[in-house]
Amino acid sequence: MTAKSNPADAKEFELRLYIAGQTPKSMLALQNLRRYCEEHLKGKYRIEIIDLFINPQLAEGDQILAIPTLVRRFPEPVRKIIGDLSNEERVLIGLDLKELA
Amino acid sequence: MQQTAKCDLLNTIVLVIETGITQPMPQTKQLPKSPTGIEGLDEITGGGLPTGRPTLIAGNTGCGKTLLSMEFLVNGIKQYNENAVFVSFEETADDLIQNVASLGYDLQDLIDKKKLRIDYVKVERSDIEETGEYDLEGLFIRLDFAIKAVSAKRVVLDTIESLFAGFTNDALLRSELRRLFGWLKDRGVTAIITGERGEASLTRQGLEEYVSDCVILLDHRIESQVSTRRMRIVKYRGSTHGTNEYPFLIDADGISVMPITSIKLNHTISSKRVSSGIRELDAMLGGGYYEGSSILLSGTAGTGKTNLGIFFACHNASLGKRSLYIAFEESPLQVIRNAKSVGLDVQQYVDSGLLRFESTRSTSEGLEMHLARFHKFLHDFKPSIIVVDPMTTLITGGNIGEARAMLSRMMDMFRSENITAMFTSLTQGGEHLEHTDLGVASFVDTWLLLRDYEVNGERNKLMYVLKSRGTAHSNQVREFVITDNGVKLIDVYLGSEGILTGSSRVSAEARASSTEINRQNILEVQRQKLKYDREVTQAELQSLKARLEMQNLELKNLASVEQLHLKDETSDRANLESARGKGRSNDRKK
Repeated sequence: MTAKSNPADAKEFELRLYIAGQTPKSMLALQNLRRYCEEHLKGKYRIEIIDLFINPQLAEGDQILAIPTLVRRFPEPVRKIIGDLSNEERVLIGLDLKELA
Repeated sequence: MQQTAKCDLLNTIVLVIETGITQPMPQTKQLPKSPTGIEGLDEITGGGLPTGRPTLIAGNTGCGKTLLSMEFLVNGIKQYNENAVFVSFEETADDLIQNVASLGYDLQDLIDKKKLRIDYVKVERSDIEETGEYDLEGLFIRLDFAIKAVSAKRVVLDTIESLFAGFTNDALLRSELRRLFGWLKDRGVTAIITGERGEASLTRQGLEEYVSDCVILLDHRIESQVSTRRMRIVKYRGSTHGTNEYPFLIDADGISVMPITSIKLNHTISSKRVSSGIRELDAMLGGGYYEGSSILLSGTAGTGKTNLGIFFACHNASLGKRSLYIAFEESPLQVIRNAKSVGLDVQQYVDSGLLRFESTRSTSEGLEMHLARFHKFLHDFKPSIIVVDPMTTLITGGNIGEARAMLSRMMDMFRSENITAMFTSLTQGGEHLEHTDLGVASFVDTWLLLRDYEVNGERNKLMYVLKSRGTAHSNQVREFVITDNGVKLIDVYLGSEGILTGSSRVSAEARASSTEINRQNILEVQRQKLKYDREVTQAELQSLKARLEMQNLELKNLASVEQLHLKDETSDRANLESARGKGRSNDRKK
């Protein structure tokens, strides 16, 4: 499926990062995400950061339990990646940016 | 009287062994508790779940964890004005709303009124990729948001271990769960966390039971193909609690727990009498059964046990007392029809709501469940008369020892509610009559024995009072006759030929009565003869009187004639003398 639609060709990636306050884990996740996006999706991505401490009501919509959680809203299907995104390979697999070896 | 006391003492001992609780649970100076509003559960927990602390409800699939939790919340909202949050990890909000609608709970209404919030947390491993470190802060935030949204005091997490299916990092989950319990405590919400039963420990993770302040274990067991739900409080920090396994029911009204073994022998004793429905039997018992006593009615098949039972129930219903008839072998309609054949209209009492039938198969449930059901009947219907027909059938639902223990508890339960209860017991053919399968004879207050008496090619029924505590009861055997117009007890014919019943009694009575008629006839003849004689004498007397009168008259007549004659003579003589003139004075001197 991933190979056929080839998400990397999509117009724009809509990414959402859920965090809860400026914790080291969240900051690390954001740093990592920005780095990967610059490397692989330059110019065709949008990152929305949602701090659940400020907007707790938003947690329900994306069924967020773990913090930090990265949600790929577009292209579909919706994918979730949790953790500080320190493992680049897994993140890229999760975002369908890299075929499983 | 002494015997009664002795027996009660025995019961107490039995009860102490059974219960393990002899003292009423102290209600004061305990940690604050949040009542569940579930019948019986508040009793065994001594007031409810610990307020502001987490409680674990563990059990296998389908044993009622979700239902119990939901009842806790809904009762909290409705009865104690405590708003609630239900966090479901397994069922969606719509499913939950539908599932409890059958209990009459309108969750949507509560949600609309902002008293309840259902939060469905979806945990699916398939669409989650893990990379690096994370925590469950999102769950905490959602919980916090939900709690604040409705100012909840009660929270349910059902079933939290679903998290373990969604995340791979067990160590992290365990520490997060631990943090969650602490967090719930800090929020001061009374929480229920449900958990699946583990193989070696109470829960699969073996964690929740240690961090919960109260652990309730639900169990659904099958014995001899009969299922029984049971509940046990495994721990309750800072509080005493019932330690036994308590059977509980899930029915149309939700959960009800029956803390049978907390029943104590301190019920009040009444000296009021309750009529048996049969005048002659009341007379035999010196006025009827004692109110609140247990009556055992034993006999072989077809001796009229059910009839006696239904007469007892109906008679008291006609006096305005609520009567409950628990039939294990017949349907209500069958009982009603059969009673009609002896001239008893049962339907009218059913219609008036004073008589209630409960028909159930003894094998449909375990003994404990029957007991729990009876308890519910008592609570709902509040009868003052109960007939259990027949109690012997309960053995088929379990073994004799269990049945015996259950019956004794049932009797205690009835006594404590001051209910006069009649149990019929079928004695198998060939068994000693003065023997009950269940050995409950020592528990009952009154024991009536019905038996067959077969002679001259017919079977007749005899009844006698085998025992009746505290009453001056008759020692006489009575013949028990079921007629079209009800049940009668007739004195047996005690004659020179011994005890006679049935047609022998009737013929003996007839013979006796013909002798009597003969005697009466002879007497009558004599009486008539004497009367006739007397009349003759009277007549003679009359005629004699008449003659006497006649004679008197004649005599009187005679006297007056004589007088007249004398008078005439005197006047003649005077005339003569006056005619003679002189000589008158001379004559006089003569």
